[in-house]
Amino acid sequence: MNFSELFKQSNQLCKVSPDGKYLATCVQYRLVIRDVSTLQILQLYTCLDQITHMEWASDSLFILCAMYKRGLVQVWSLEQPDWHCKIDEGSIGLVSSRWSPDGRHILNTTEFHLRITVWSLCTKAVSYIKYPKACQKGTDFSRDGCYMALAERRDCKDYVSVFVCDDWHLLRHFETETQDLAGLEWSPNGCVLAVWDSCLEYKVLLYSLDGRLLSTYSAYEWSLGVKSVTWSPSSQFLAIGSYDEKVRILNHITWKKIAQFDHPATINNAKAVVYKEVERRTAVGSDDLSLHNITIGTTLFNTQSKYEICPLPVQIPVVKPDPDRANPKIGVSTLAFSSDSRYLATKNDNMASVVWIWDMQKMNLEAVLEQTSAVRCFQWDPRRPRLALCTANTKLYLWSPAGCVSVQVPTEGGFQVQSLSWHGSGDSLILLGKEQLCLCFMDTDQEDKAHLQSQDGKQTESQEMDPVSTSEHHPPCTSKRP
Amino acid sequence: MPESSLVRHLHSSSPECRTSPVRHFSRSLLPQHRNSSMLSTFCTEHNVQDCLSHISQEISSLGFPPVWAVSASPSELSVVAVLNCMYELIQLHRRNIQTLENMEMEQLKSSSEVDFLQLTSTRLKEQLELSRRENAGLLERERQLQLKVKSLQTCLKNEKEEVQKLQNIIASRASQYNHEMKRKEREFNKLKERMNQLLVDKKEKKQAIDVLNSIGRADGKRSLWKTGKTEAKHEGEMYKTLLSDYDTRQRELVLENAELRKVLQQMKKDMVSILSSRKPTLKGDKHKDDCIQADSEEEVFNSSKESVELYCVHAREKLTTSIRLQWRRLKSHVERLDSQASLAQRETRKEEMDRLMLDLQQCKDFIQTQEQLLQQQLSSPCDEETASLLSDCYMLQEKERLREEWGTLEEQRKIFERERKTFTDAAIRLSHERKAFEEDRATWLKHQFLNLSPFADSKTSQMSKSKSSFLISVEPEASAASAPEKLIRSDLDFHTHRSVPLTTQSAGELYPTPCLIPENSLTKPKREAAHVDESSIFCNGNIPAQHKLWKNSEDHCSHSLKREKNSSI
Repeated sequence: MNFSELFKQSNQLCKVSPDGKYLATCVQYRLVIRDVSTLQILQLYTCLDQITHMEWASDSLFILCAMYKRGLVQVWSLEQPDWHCKIDEGSIGLVSSRWSPDGRHILNTTEFHLRITVWSLCTKAVSYIKYPKACQKGTDFSRDGCYMALAERRDCKDYVSVFVCDDWHLLRHFETETQDLAGLEWSPNGCVLAVWDSCLEYKVLLYSLDGRLLSTYSAYEWSLGVKSVTWSPSSQFLAIGSYDEKVRILNHITWKKIAQFDHPATINNAKAVVYKEVERRTAVGSDDLSLHNITIGTTLFNTQSKYEICPLPVQIPVVKPDPDRANPKIGVSTLAFSSDSRYLATKNDNMASVVWIWDMQKMNLEAVLEQTSAVRCFQWDPRRPRLALCTANTKLYLWSPAGCVSVQVPTEGGFQVQSLSWHGSGDSLILLGKEQLCLCFMDTDQEDKAHLQSQDGKQTESQEMDPVSTSEHHPPCTSKRP
Repeated sequence: MPESSLVRHLHSSSPECRTSPVRHFSRSLLPQHRNSSMLSTFCTEHNVQDCLSHISQEISSLGFPPVWAVSASPSELSVVAVLNCMYELIQLHRRNIQTLENMEMEQLKSSSEVDFLQLTSTRLKEQLELSRRENAGLLERERQLQLKVKSLQTCLKNEKEEVQKLQNIIASRASQYNHEMKRKEREFNKLKERMNQLLVDKKEKKQAIDVLNSIGRADGKRSLWKTGKTEAKHEGEMYKTLLSDYDTRQRELVLENAELRKVLQQMKKDMVSILSSRKPTLKGDKHKDDCIQADSEEEVFNSSKESVELYCVHAREKLTTSIRLQWRRLKSHVERLDSQASLAQRETRKEEMDRLMLDLQQCKDFIQTQEQLLQQQLSSPCDEETASLLSDCYMLQEKERLREEWGTLEEQRKIFERERKTFTDAAIRLSHERKAFEEDRATWLKHQFLNLSPFADSKTSQMSKSKSSFLISVEPEASAASAPEKLIRSDLDFHTHRSVPLTTQSAGELYPTPCLIPENSLTKPKREAAHVDESSIFCNGNIPAQHKLWKNSEDHCSHSLKREKNSSI
């Protein structure tokens, strides 16, 4: 595992192009394009103001930089550095800007969700979509980029409009049976649209592409309902996380619940492995307390940590939410399927330091990662069943079926990993701090070898993922790539 | 004080006195007397007469015989009567004292009892008081609790009402809120609309796009005009994607169904095979039922086969029913098997047990026979004799014959003994004669030696001739004398041999080989040939038994062989 040196970034704006070749980072009002493999700067663009949003076009040829405060969007071309495009939303304001799947249209949502403006870079044409609903997830493009589903609110009723992204033709427009629609999401195969109601009511509706209601699911009534919804990449499962600290899995044929995953405070499921992160202060002798150490600082205050496998039953720290406040910190807010749909990672908000990993074949708990601090972000490797997570400290944590490992990011200056994102190939990982970023390169070759080895010799734990031997402070060789 | 004690004594004794009126009387009198006697002695020189009369009166009143008659003189006091009376009185007094003591004891006891009872009564009273108080307290508490319950009930009722009211309020508020929300939203929408209008109308800061030069579409095509055609195309594409999705899903399902069908078919086949194999036994069990069901069963089997191939709805129904039927049957069968299994297990166990027991018995027999054989080889002759007696009836006869033989031999021995005696007598006589003759000869030789003369020569020749003749005559005698000796020795030999044949007999019995017989005959004197023959017969008689044994062992071998075969099979 190699780590790059730190780069500056602001607003955590750092994205790899869809083709995986380039890395775009925003530093204040500048946009920097680097080559992912060499990290050399390829292009540098200067925007009119501090960039608040940045997005790659699907063909990796254009980059959109939005400055919401100014109501401005600037588009840059990678091929033609001289080419420029500026969209001014004027006094109507701008709250959200995004590419259409074809990479030739930009959808800007105006303030107060008055309308969505669709700008065409081909024809400079403008079209408006009225009555967009301001909600958790009001728009969603299908995976193949053909269709866009948009939640609308007209006459105090929820509607869903399905557009053909090609020419923004309104394909379907139907009313949904929701009190207050909170979000919608296409299934990965683009044929089923899941629509869920606001948290006041547990209701999930499934619509076909042609607007037919396929099924309605409601687990319970009266108490707070759906908190998060995620499709499995195979479109086979729909996972619904709710305020009752449970995840319910619906199947794609009958749309009935086939499994329910509880998040109990005491784990006594014998099949699950509970990894507990144990921190250990580095033993600093009095003679070590030299000026040199203090100046370096980070190493002094850094703690080593490793995972220990806890004997069951395990008590998990639970924070009781304040019942008087709105949006209580309880329930399953984050759900993520691994790329092969084999595993589901979840996080229950009142157990913020714990990530749960469920096996979707056996439909049971596979592993529990109990961190020392609250989990900020976790993401699955887009190629392998490997989960990366961070807890706003100097460490990166990885889980795979073979084991669990915590890696110290070998950087100076107290770089704390606030969020992370995988490169599309799964070979590298972008670690984002508050104002810096760091690339982490996985030793894929070695790992593949290890994989092969494990397949040959039936060694379940690969060298890297051995939870005992390498769990603490994996000696990372920092290769500073030019 | 003594007086008072006396009085008390009297009082204490009063209950007894009360019984007889006489005593009562005396009691009334006595104190006076006593009092008077305290003042002056009762009897003085002067009033002896009076005293006597008084005492006699008293005594008579007490029911004693009169001590003194008035007519008689004072000196004529009958001493015997007085003494008797006194004795009586003393006895009475003693008895009274005894009773008094008893009474006192009793009184003490009763008084203590009374004390105790009083104590207990007070305690009980206290307890009663306490429990009464407690009871009162409890009653009070109960009353309070009841009151509380009542208040709580009312409270509950109130709360319920409150809840109802609140629910109503909430419902009304919710509806109001919803209504308000809608109104607000409408207003909000209106505002949005208005704002939109205004912003659009506004001149100064309009929405604008500033592109250096337009770029081509990602797919390189030119955009098309929106027409009905495009709409239709979109619809078509949508349905196409939907269709393809359904298609893929259906294919998956078909694949899955095929798999499942395969499994089902397999299961069905297995089931049918199991059930059909079971059929005959089932018929035995309840053929009536089976006959009725047979047709349907056949149909089920056939239809199931078809229905697996078929896809339509009624086929499915048929399939499910048939599966269900077969499943039920299988279940019942399995259950029956389960119940049978335990029984069968027991049976098999029993069989096994029997078999093992048989084996054990056989083994025991085998061991016993072996032991017998060993014993036969090692045992002492007498044992052997009895054993042989038991084993064969020939033995008895044999023994009888032997005894007879013994008898005859004994007689012969006696005869021999007698003969020997005569012989010895004869020998003694002969030796005497010989001695005499030797003496004669010595004298004669001396005589001859002393008178060596030609006359003497003729004499000696005559004498030698006579001597030689004598010698010849004597020699047979000597031989005869030696013969009895020999005979005796042979007799002794016979004696020793007699015991030998018995052992050899047993040995011959032990060694069934006929080669022993000549050996026996060799060792035995010729005169025992008959005996030897008998022993040989005896041996022969024993041989069949031996053979039997061999046969037995052979049987054993064959048994074991058979068993081995069985085991190998």
